[in-house]
Amino acid sequence: MSVAPAEVERPETHEEVVPDTPWVTIVWNDPVNLMSYVTYVFQQVFGYSKRKAEKLMLDVHHKGRAVVSSGTRESMEHDVEVLHGYGLWATVSHDK
Amino acid sequence: MSIRRKRGASDSEEAGAALNGFRGVRGGGASATFVPSQAGIIRSLVSQIAELVGSEPSPGEPAAGEPTLTDDAFTGRAPGQATDRAGSDPEQPPDPLDDLARLLGQTGPATPPDDPVLARLLPDAYADDTEAAGDFRRFTEQELRNGKAAAARTVLATLPEEGGRVRLSEEEAQVWLRALNDVRLALGVRLSITEDFDARAADLDPADPRSAYMWIYDWLTFLQETLVRALS
Repeated sequence: MSVAPAEVERPETHEEVVPDTPWVTIVWNDPVNLMSYVTYVFQQVFGYSKRKAEKLMLDVHHKGRAVVSSGTRESMEHDVEVLHGYGLWATVSHDK
Repeated sequence: MSIRRKRGASDSEEAGAALNGFRGVRGGGASATFVPSQAGIIRSLVSQIAELVGSEPSPGEPAAGEPTLTDDAFTGRAPGQATDRAGSDPEQPPDPLDDLARLLGQTGPATPPDDPVLARLLPDAYADDTEAAGDFRRFTEQELRNGKAAAARTVLATLPEEGGRVRLSEEEAQVWLRALNDVRLALGVRLSITEDFDARAADLDPADPRSAYMWIYDWLTFLQETLVRALS
């Protein structure tokens, strides 16, 4: 099971590296999900500002994938489950 | 990802449906007006998603005999029913889109896990760890299926068969977004939708049966886009 600490604050921006939170949620690009919808989902699920949500959406769109959250393995699995509910293509990854 | 570009009046409008989309309403939520055929298409497709994910629609849903996409638009085999829009011809060889009908509509609850539509709706949670993906799926897949079926039922409960003005609360509108998205994901797999949708749709011969499904996909994209905008 997880070796991550039980409580971890989410970083303000996805670029920040948080040493003790080795698990991340990745969203992958796909041809169906609308850019506006993906932005909306990031705002709804993570409470991100529209600006941040749009930046993440564009990262997914242009780079093929983006880390949208990081934290404990359990919380990342929760995020992925929620994102699958919205139809986004998301995976949990161990950010070594 | 995709963006729904505005197109001229040549394609969608010509197909005969009023295209108003959703608008935000005071106090939150959204509203849109549907003609009966539009309501029928949406009801049929979300019913098929509910069936596909393995939960039967609750009472009040389409009864047997109600026209469905599997009977006409997708297969062109409804007896005595014109399928002009699909341009289907009974003499033509079987279309690969018959698979779409079968997979979206005619499967029972026991759907093979390698069905590409289901695989897209219920994706692996780990890209490179089969064991972890299997564990995750074991504990979460049923709930994900239930959620998608419930979203489909919400659409069925809020969209009358005869169409008309639909007024959604914000919560219902959010559920609609997910349900419309699931339908688009399923169609996207079956139609092999790519990011150059516009170019592909433009290249399709209007007589190609797929052009009708592309039109439906495009219309649902438009609807979803207007619904996102109404809620943003």
